[in-house]
Amino acid sequence: MAASLQSANPTFSRTLASPSRSSFAPFRSPFVRFDTASASFNYKPLVSREASSAFVTRSAAEPQERKTFHGLCYVVGDNIDTDQIIPAEFLTLVPSNPEEYEKLGSYALIGLPAAYKERFVQPGETKTKYSIIIGGENFGCGSSREHAPVCLGAAGAKAVVAQSYARIFFRNSVATGEIYPLDSEVRVCDECKTGDVATVELREGDSILINHTTGKEYKLKPIGDAGPVIDAGGIFAYARKAGMIPSAAA
Amino acid sequence: MASSVISSSPFVCKSSKKDLGLSSFPKSSQISVNRCQKKSISRKIVSVMAPQRSSSTTGSVKTGMTMTEKILAKASEKSQVVPGDNIWVNVDVLMTHDVCGPGAFGIFKREFGEKAKVWDPEKIVVIPDHYIFTTDKRANRNVDIMREHCREQNIKYFYDITDLGDFRANPDYKGVCHVALAQEGHCRPGEVLLGTDSHTCTAGAFGQFATGIGNTDAGFVLGTGKILLKVPPTMRFILDGEMPSYLQAKDLILQIIGEISVAGATYKTMEFSGTTIESLTMEERMTLCNMVVEAGGKNGVIPPDATTFNYVENRTSVPFEPVYSDGNASFVADYRFDVSKLEPVVAKPHSPDNRALARECKDVKIDRVYIGSCTGGKTEDFVAAAKLFHASGKKVKVPTFLVPATQKVWMDVYALPVPGSGGKTCAQIFEEAGCDTPTSPSCGACLGGPADTYARLNEPQVCVSTTNRNFPGRMGHKEGQIYLASPYTAAASALTGHVTDPREFLQ
Repeated sequence: MAASLQSANPTFSRTLASPSRSSFAPFRSPFVRFDTASASFNYKPLVSREASSAFVTRSAAEPQERKTFHGLCYVVGDNIDTDQIIPAEFLTLVPSNPEEYEKLGSYALIGLPAAYKERFVQPGETKTKYSIIIGGENFGCGSSREHAPVCLGAAGAKAVVAQSYARIFFRNSVATGEIYPLDSEVRVCDECKTGDVATVELREGDSILINHTTGKEYKLKPIGDAGPVIDAGGIFAYARKAGMIPSAAA
Repeated sequence: MASSVISSSPFVCKSSKKDLGLSSFPKSSQISVNRCQKKSISRKIVSVMAPQRSSSTTGSVKTGMTMTEKILAKASEKSQVVPGDNIWVNVDVLMTHDVCGPGAFGIFKREFGEKAKVWDPEKIVVIPDHYIFTTDKRANRNVDIMREHCREQNIKYFYDITDLGDFRANPDYKGVCHVALAQEGHCRPGEVLLGTDSHTCTAGAFGQFATGIGNTDAGFVLGTGKILLKVPPTMRFILDGEMPSYLQAKDLILQIIGEISVAGATYKTMEFSGTTIESLTMEERMTLCNMVVEAGGKNGVIPPDATTFNYVENRTSVPFEPVYSDGNASFVADYRFDVSKLEPVVAKPHSPDNRALARECKDVKIDRVYIGSCTGGKTEDFVAAAKLFHASGKKVKVPTFLVPATQKVWMDVYALPVPGSGGKTCAQIFEEAGCDTPTSPSCGACLGGPADTYARLNEPQVCVSTTNRNFPGRMGHKEGQIYLASPYTAAASALTGHVTDPREFLQ
């Protein structure tokens, strides 16, 4: 029991957690039930998705294999804060509303200063032609707005490769399953240019970023326990898959 | 052994468990050295030894915990937690507002079902505050959505507003959530408070664990009352010395962020202690904890004391249990500041860690001043600005915008006499100084907001602001330049039209 909970690890450590040190307190919630004492607890396997079929946001979508991403890079610098990712004037859009989710995508990274000549999403479009965002230190700092990872995912980006992340952005990326936040070992934002063709390969142990334009290859840090959560489509989908919460909403 | 305690860094001594108990430095050696004006290598902070363990003669000693670890241990029904533990935490209060509430409730409904009920309607606090006084239809709709959810779920604490024409016609309406949470008695020592806003960390001033979360995590909490958290390691900031009369908590936190950078506390707790902290009022402590997220911190926390208890007990009858860091707790870093030697500082564009002394920026011409927000729009912030205006006897040279955080603050601005002014209120002094009339309480232009937001930066202007962020575009215009500063510094700058050290008017 403890082992399955350990693997759940929604605080998303990027490396594997140390072996379980503790038993979990029994839940009294009507929705989340683990009872470490009870062997009769009935794990539900995978989820029936009827309740969420009307939604198009990724966290409700079917889990897909997204282990390799190939496409164009969009390169930014250090401390790209949430106001640059999605300016506050667009926070009136509610991400759980499918139409507004699409619209959020159209504004992704629109807060970047004019020095960024290429727009991430072209005016009038809702999707980006860039599937990989490359950043420097402290990507996603600032506000806790979940609109930030959501707008990147809604625009069609698959992964961010940055040197480091702000805590809440990283967690929101994983909790929503919108985008893979990957850590590079070197400062790739200085070595890649917007428009370069790249591939991200997520593999056990040694994930890599390949820049086909320059022919260079970069090692990425393992995403650890956060990977399966994003694979599943977010924290709720993962929790159901792992039997942590009941499969069907009442 | 001592060598293991000495860090290679000039600032920090990282303590690990094996270092504990090896107190090879006497306490008297832990003195910080003076200030410096350079950004690069400061001598203001010196390395400090690993925290001392209380000596024990028995064989087995329970590992000490920091106050954050203790709060999280209690909330997860464990006797002990250590940094890195992933634990399920019982949430005491979940706060949400008009910007993230609709999304959080949307996820709650999607995941738990249309007919689902929240885990506890008395532990959820919903505070419309971001985009209120606007004709933006979607913004207005979001407040309506929250009203519907609160009615349906029987949410006890919903601080509603329906008459946008006059906020005073809405007795329930408060204003900025982090200030309202404190004023309405929702901040209590020892508890766990989560909010869908990064500045939820403000409540750490009350000796509680408080942090910001996203909509999806909030949707989970709405259904379960629980969240899975990783226990953060704690950095300790010891601020000693008498605070000079021209300094405010904003100077202290900008000083600290300038020292450790905007990512210096990522994933970590920032615990503030020392004689200076003990002398601060609750509002000043809130200013300090408000901006830990600007250093990447997970939470900020201050040991509760008589000041805390007085504030809390005047606002709630809910019992609470204060906790304190053990003498043998482990801290990942110790920083010491001699506050008596600090000077007023600002954060220059476009980052809260871009620190400079206010007097070094005296040639920076400004277009406007903004006083408001969860960190700089509290009663004491306005009293400070009014005191400086009154002391100067001068008029402002640039438009000066005043946005009280809450309805209570607004009333204070119009009712409380400013000390030393012969009984004048802040509002009277502001009027005499030529400021804009204090406006309706809300988050206002701190984060830009809809285009018709009062005092929004719609031109590429230079603004001195008491708010907490100055990234590009924060107050509305991408090319706008924001200097973050204390209310004293903001008021002094308004009088000269340049970034100005408040000592020009206070001494």
